[in-house]
Amino acid sequence: MSRADVLVDASWAESHLDDPKVVFVEVDEDVSAYDKNHIPGAVRLDWKTELQDAVKRDFVDQDQFATLLGGKGISNDATVVLYGGNNNWFAAYAYWYFKLYGHSDVKLLDGGRKKWELDSRNLTDEVPSREATTYTAQPARTDIRAFRDEVIAAIGAQNLVDVRSPDEFSGKLLAPAHLPQEQSQRGGHIPTAVNVPWSKAANDDGTFKSDDELTKLYGDAGLDDSKDTIAYCRIGERSAHTWFVLHEILGHQNVKNYDGSWTEYGSLVGVPIEVGA
Amino acid sequence: MCSPPVGGLSLDGVDVNKESVIQGTVTRDGQPVASAYVRLLDASDEFTAEVVTSATGHFRFFARPGQWTLRALSSQGGGEARVVAQQGQAVDVEVTIPA
Repeated sequence: MSRADVLVDASWAESHLDDPKVVFVEVDEDVSAYDKNHIPGAVRLDWKTELQDAVKRDFVDQDQFATLLGGKGISNDATVVLYGGNNNWFAAYAYWYFKLYGHSDVKLLDGGRKKWELDSRNLTDEVPSREATTYTAQPARTDIRAFRDEVIAAIGAQNLVDVRSPDEFSGKLLAPAHLPQEQSQRGGHIPTAVNVPWSKAANDDGTFKSDDELTKLYGDAGLDDSKDTIAYCRIGERSAHTWFVLHEILGHQNVKNYDGSWTEYGSLVGVPIEVGA
Repeated sequence: MCSPPVGGLSLDGVDVNKESVIQGTVTRDGQPVASAYVRLLDASDEFTAEVVTSATGHFRFFARPGQWTLRALSSQGGGEARVVAQQGQAVDVEVTIPA
């Protein structure tokens, strides 16, 4: 994988709005953003109601994912271009699902909704109608998703990257500061994790930094290339952004996203927690 | 509780007394700027959060007590403001984008 395989810029996107092979998909934390406006022709994926299991804490399984994409009119051979607000956090999270269930051609729009808006490019409130397809999802990959036991085993042994803000890492905040802070779990971070906030991988306009800047960022943070890496945040979407950088842009192998993240780890009984910077 | 949410999410069900709320508006030439991106930076200038302003130019953060910087970015330009947050008391701030 390299940058050109996994990222498209806004100009490319604009010139492929009418390309029948390309499907634009918006994924936002604020799911009402799509209703206001979106990139012409784009369909919406709702990260809460469509990408999560309705009962247990887990995301959609292979069959649910296939049904979802089929219903959206996305076929297996489509070029899927994901974008969204929050500097593509939730778009990166959805990208990770597409990879997990074996979609071959999926890309992120560099800078997402923010760059598109800052460029004053065209947005519409018109909802496209796409004919349903039969989508076949592959069995879930296990090499890009981490579960809690692997995370505990990685303490002091593998690279753990906490991508939350410094105040969340130290335990001063329990959630990103655009959300209320009342949370049930403890504050702090997983011992031996390094703190490389996701935001350090992005420019102010939401686009990803250059390969050289990214390589230096994680090198300076002490990420050891010879070890496996697990990225985590609060609920797994910001760490999907960092997983995208490490695994997809920089081509590191053995990088997993821990989607249980702090809302799971910080609620486990008896696991070690470190506080402070 | 019946007012529309500003700066993103509703305060319904939030115990505001436990929070250190920073909120306000982004303006240019005295007019509110909708769809501006507002970043919350901590005392060492580290990114902490970002929201998009509402149709009326409003934004809101749940911070912790202390010194913060707000940095706004929009298709009409950018601006910055400094603010001190306190627990239990929402602080209002205007971020001005030079015309």
